[in-house]
Amino acid sequence: MAHRSVIPFGPQHPVLPEPLHLDLVIEDDRVIEAIPQIGFVHRGLEKLTEKRDMHQFGYIAERICGICAVGHSCGYASACERMLDIEVPGRVQYIRTILHELSRIHSHLLWLGLLADAFGFEALFYRSWTLREQILKIFESTCGGRVILSINEIGGLKHDIEDSELAGIVQTLDAMRPDYDALVHTFLDDDSCGERLHGVGVISKKDALELSMVGPFGRASGVNYDVRMFGDGAYADLAAFEPIVATDGDCYARCQVRCAEVTQAMDIIKELVGKIPHDGIGGRTKLTPADGARGEVVIEQPRGEAYYYVRGNGTKNLDRFRVRTPTSQNLAGLTHALQGVLLANVPMIILTIDPCISCTER
Amino acid sequence: MDHKMSRSPWVIHYDGSSCNGCDIEVLASLTPLFDAERFGVVNTGNPKHADIFLVTGSVNAQNLPVVRQIYNQMLEPKCVVACGICACSGGVFRDAYNVIGGVDRAIPVDVYAPGCAIRPETVIDAIVEACGILDQKEAVMRAGGDPLTVGGAATWDGGVELGEDGFVAAWAGDTAAGTPAAPAAAKEGE
Repeated sequence: MAHRSVIPFGPQHPVLPEPLHLDLVIEDDRVIEAIPQIGFVHRGLEKLTEKRDMHQFGYIAERICGICAVGHSCGYASACERMLDIEVPGRVQYIRTILHELSRIHSHLLWLGLLADAFGFEALFYRSWTLREQILKIFESTCGGRVILSINEIGGLKHDIEDSELAGIVQTLDAMRPDYDALVHTFLDDDSCGERLHGVGVISKKDALELSMVGPFGRASGVNYDVRMFGDGAYADLAAFEPIVATDGDCYARCQVRCAEVTQAMDIIKELVGKIPHDGIGGRTKLTPADGARGEVVIEQPRGEAYYYVRGNGTKNLDRFRVRTPTSQNLAGLTHALQGVLLANVPMIILTIDPCISCTER
Repeated sequence: MDHKMSRSPWVIHYDGSSCNGCDIEVLASLTPLFDAERFGVVNTGNPKHADIFLVTGSVNAQNLPVVRQIYNQMLEPKCVVACGICACSGGVFRDAYNVIGGVDRAIPVDVYAPGCAIRPETVIDAIVEACGILDQKEAVMRAGGDPLTVGGAATWDGGVELGEDGFVAAWAGDTAAGTPAAPAAAKEGE
């Protein structure tokens, strides 16, 4: 009869930059059960709508999470625009989408680096993060910030991104491509990476659907679901969009999906830059929401589907702001994936769902 | 003096309730573009190996004991750097109901590094400043003195105390005007 014990994991753990606590019930060195505990990052952000007006809250919404910041500010702005019945110019939608796809590239490169770090490949971690700096350089030269961009307003953009700058973005992405391909080659074809990734933390398609997993985590298990395929906003003008799906459902498949999504995002940006309209960038709206007016929006964050809901009460402050983030959907899948794995693989499996705790707890 | 602590300061990072923006910038300052590692700044996961404690984000009732525990496990001489405006004062979230305030509500802070998000250059700048404080502390300790008389600990007001229920029981200097207790009370009156 094997001996059972409980190992606490986190909140301070070298593999995760964020505080997540897990009680791992182990038998010998196999995990029998993982019990997550969250709440270390809860700030009570949704209730701040009572103290900050609709426009000020845009800055708070952007700071839900520093990695998916662009997505959150786009999601909040478009939910408010739906509530106020504002039609934003096409250029605004295009620039938002381009920045959002750039943030997907930076988020996935960040994740690839952390994954390499989790299985002990330091050099690969550094190479991924060096490549990621080029995206941050684009952010800094076009918007002024490396992490928090603050370009969105309810009703438009704060400033335009010139066509010459957009061409520069495409140039940078093209220059990155050979380095990126070499990086992917190491992740997907190197034996030492493959040994750690193949067959680890497998989730079947049936389980993935039952646990309502979203994002690359779900798509790696064969769930063909990506919000972008509904063609909302600038995505409608893409010639073709197919979600990237893998069927194995293990850590390798998750790595594969994210690697392919980076190249997909690069192609989307290139296509959109070529088609971008010149119809102005809108500006901050002067409207106040009617009592009971609502706006909802669903966008595909780097980590999966995120849902935004706003409700007005006739004043400049919102009555309610609500986000449902991808990681809160995926935590159930995480505890499922952890059952029966070796203790040594735990950090890697936690990483492959790409948890974003500050999104989840807000 | 030949031997100096600041030659290769090892850092430990903990995310209080930051939005991740500062965390990834702290990590970015160690990776090749900014490369603080070439100066011997190594990120470690073990508090007992660390000289400098980089905290991002504000503190709340749940993570305050964790921050204190990591701080207490570190050996003297040690330095605390509050990375980003949330760690300094609570930042944009200071009015949120679950935010107690900056990291100095939990532990004494030696260097305040502002920014939202903090820039990697600022992180490196703060680490360099912390190295100076480490050297001062070390000199005091070699002379047989108390390291708590140097840096932020010398003037620290004690932060907040948590009660048995896990909620804030007492603010440091509750009666003094201008402490965080005063605005909290004023808000309730609104």
